[in-house]
Amino acid sequence: MAKVLVFIDNPGQALKKSSLELLTIARSLGETAVAVNGALNDDVVAALGAHGATAVFRPSSEDLDAYLIGPKAAYLAGAVAASGATTVLLENSFDGKEIAARLGIKLGAGVITDVVGVEPDGTAHKSVLAGSYTTTAKATTAVSVLTVKPNSVTPDPAAAAASPEVLTVDVPDSATAGAARITGRKDKPASGRPDLTEARIVVAGGRGVDGDFGPVEELADALGAAVGASRAATDAGWIGHDAQVGQTGKTVSPQLYISAGISGAIQQKAGMQTAKVIVAINKDAESPVFEIADFGIIGDLFQVLPQATEEIKKRKG
Amino acid sequence: MKIIVLVKHVPDAQLDRHLSDEDNTTDRADSILSELDEYALEAALQLTEARGGAKAGNQVIALSMGPAGAVNAIKKSLQIGATEGVHLRDDALAGSDAAATSLALAAAVRHIGADGPVDLVLTGMASTDGETSLVPAQLAERLDLPQVTFASELEVDGGRVIARRDSDTHYDTVEATLPAVVSVTDQINEPRFPNFKGIIAAKRKTITTLTLAEIGVDPAEVGKTGSWTEVKTAAARPPRTAGTIITDEGDAGIKLVDFLAAQKLL
Ligand SMILES: Cc1cc2nc3c(=O)[nH]c(=O)nc-3n(C[C@H](O)[C@H](O)[C@H](O)COP(=O)(O)OP(=O)(O)OC[C@H]3O[C@@H](n4cnc5c(N)ncnc54)[C@H](O)[C@@H]3O)c2cc1C
Repeated sequence: MAKVLVFIDNPGQALKKSSLELLTIARSLGETAVAVNGALNDDVVAALGAHGATAVFRPSSEDLDAYLIGPKAAYLAGAVAASGATTVLLENSFDGKEIAARLGIKLGAGVITDVVGVEPDGTAHKSVLAGSYTTTAKATTAVSVLTVKPNSVTPDPAAAAASPEVLTVDVPDSATAGAARITGRKDKPASGRPDLTEARIVVAGGRGVDGDFGPVEELADALGAAVGASRAATDAGWIGHDAQVGQTGKTVSPQLYISAGISGAIQQKAGMQTAKVIVAINKDAESPVFEIADFGIIGDLFQVLPQATEEIKKRKG
Repeated sequence: MKIIVLVKHVPDAQLDRHLSDEDNTTDRADSILSELDEYALEAALQLTEARGGAKAGNQVIALSMGPAGAVNAIKKSLQIGATEGVHLRDDALAGSDAAATSLALAAAVRHIGADGPVDLVLTGMASTDGETSLVPAQLAERLDLPQVTFASELEVDGGRVIARRDSDTHYDTVEATLPAVVSVTDQINEPRFPNFKGIIAAKRKTITTLTLAEIGVDPAEVGKTGSWTEVKTAAARPPRTAGTIITDEGDAGIKLVDFLAAQKLL
C-alpha cells in the first residue's frame, strides 16, 4: 500500500480540525504516518491512532521552533525517508507552504499548494487566478508534496483505531547551522473565536465600520463565526493584520461570508470569492461587492447588523 | 551593498486573467510588474539609499525571468530606481513550475554574484499570478542561504539582517547573517512611483540579457520537461452571478436572518 506522511507542527493539547482533515485525506491515499514537531501528549497520540496513523515521528532536536522554515524541512526530509512515504501532506499556511517548498527541493519532489482535494492516484484539485479557474495538477516525481486548504473534507476517524509507534528522526546539526534564527517572540492576544481560515462562517468588516468593529463582532458571536477584515480596516489599525482577508491576507472559503462596509476591490475578492454563500451589506448600491453577493443589502451596517444579531438571538431563544 | 530584486511580469489582476487553451499556462498579454514586487524594490532602495545610494557604489539589480515582454517589468524597476537590470530569457524556460523557476533563478543569482558578492536577494511575498510563495523558499534552499520570508519590517546591521514576521499567533523577530534571501509583505513600506527624472534616467541604465547557456543551465532541467508538476486540466469557473439585492427599509436585518434560515446557515 502507498505510504503517506502528514506533518503537524506543534499539535498542542488537541488536534486542530485542519489536522484531522489532513489525516482523513491521507487515509484515502494509503498507510498513514505522522511527523510532529514540538510537545507530543498522549491524548494527541491516541487521536492520531484513532485517525489511522500507524507511526508518529518526532525530531531528535527540540529547538526547531527557534529557527525559520529550513530546519523543519530538513527534519521532514528525514521523516519521509524513515517512513518511505510517496505523498506528503502539510497545512496550507504560509509556513506550511514554505516548508513544503524546501522539502520539495531536498527530495526532488513536485509541490502543489492550495489543494482542495486529492484523488487516489495523486491528482490534486485546486483553483488558480483568484478562483477564476479550477485545475487538476499532478507531481511527475516519485514523491509528491501537497499543501491542503482547510474545509476540504469532513474529518472522519478510521474504522479501526491504530496504536501508533512513536519513533525519533535524527536532525543533523547542519540543518540549523545557516538558518535564520527567531530571536524574539511576542504573543498575540487570542480572541476565543474560531480560526479565520477554518471557520464555517466569517463576518468581515471594512472601512465602512469607521473604527467600530462592535456590530461585526456581535453578529460573529451570535453566529459562532470568525471575524475578518479588509485591508483598509487593518491598515487603519482597527483590527489586527491577521484578520485581513484577501490577496495579501488570508484566503477563506467558508460556507457563509458576510461582508459589511467593504467595497469588494479585486484584492479583497481574491480572498473570499470561493465562499459558498456571500452576503454583502453596503450603503453604496454601486459597490462591486454586489456583483458577487448571493444576498445583498443596500443599507447602513450600523442598522442592519445589530438588527440581525437581535433577531438571531431571539430565534435561537 | 549589492541587492538583487526579483521582479516578475504578471497578468494585470485588475483585468480578466486566462490560462491558454493549449497547455494550461498563464496568458501573459496585458502583463505588468507584479504589484507585490514593488514592495521588495522599495525595500532595496531604502536600504541602499541609507548607505549613500548608487553614488556610493550600491547596486540594486532588477532580475526577471520571462519571455520578451518581461523586459517591461525590468524597465519599470529601472524607472522606479533600480540601478541595472538582468533579463533571463530563453524559450526553454516556458512552462517552468516553481522548482524549475527556482533552479534557473538560483543559477542567475550565482552568475550575477560572480563579479562581486551579493548581499541580499529580495522578493515579494508571492507572485500575483501563481501565488504559491514557493520560489523564495526554494531559492534559499538551492543557494543554501538563510531564508527570511514575509518580512514586515527589515533592517541590515553589519553582516546581519533583522526582520519582523507576523504569524497568526505571534510577532517574531528573525535574524540571519548575510547573504540571505528575504521576501517582504505589503506591510513593509509604501512603494514609490516612477517620476519624470527616473523615467529619463532609466533610459541610460543597462539591461543585460542572459540565456540558459550563459548561466550554465541545461534546458532539459527547466521548462515543462524540467518541471516536477504538471497541470492536467483547467476549467474556467463560471463567474459568480449577483443574487437578490434589497434596499433596507428598516427590516433588512430580519430579512437577512430569513435568508440565512432558508439557506440552513443558522
Ligand atoms: C498590493 C495590494 C494588496 C492588497 N491586498 C488586499 C487584501 O489582501 N485584502 C483587502 O481587503 N484589500 C487589499 N488591498 C486593498 C484593496 O485594493 C482595497 O483598497 C481595500 O480592500 C478596500 O477596503 P474597503 O472595501 O474596506 O474600503 P473602501 O474601498 O473604502 O470601501 C468601504 C465601503 O464601505 C461602504 N460603507 C461606508 N460606510 C458604510 C456603512 N455605514 N454601512 C455600510 N456600508 C458602508 C462604502 O460604501 C464602501 O463601499 C490590496 C491592495 C494592494 C495594492
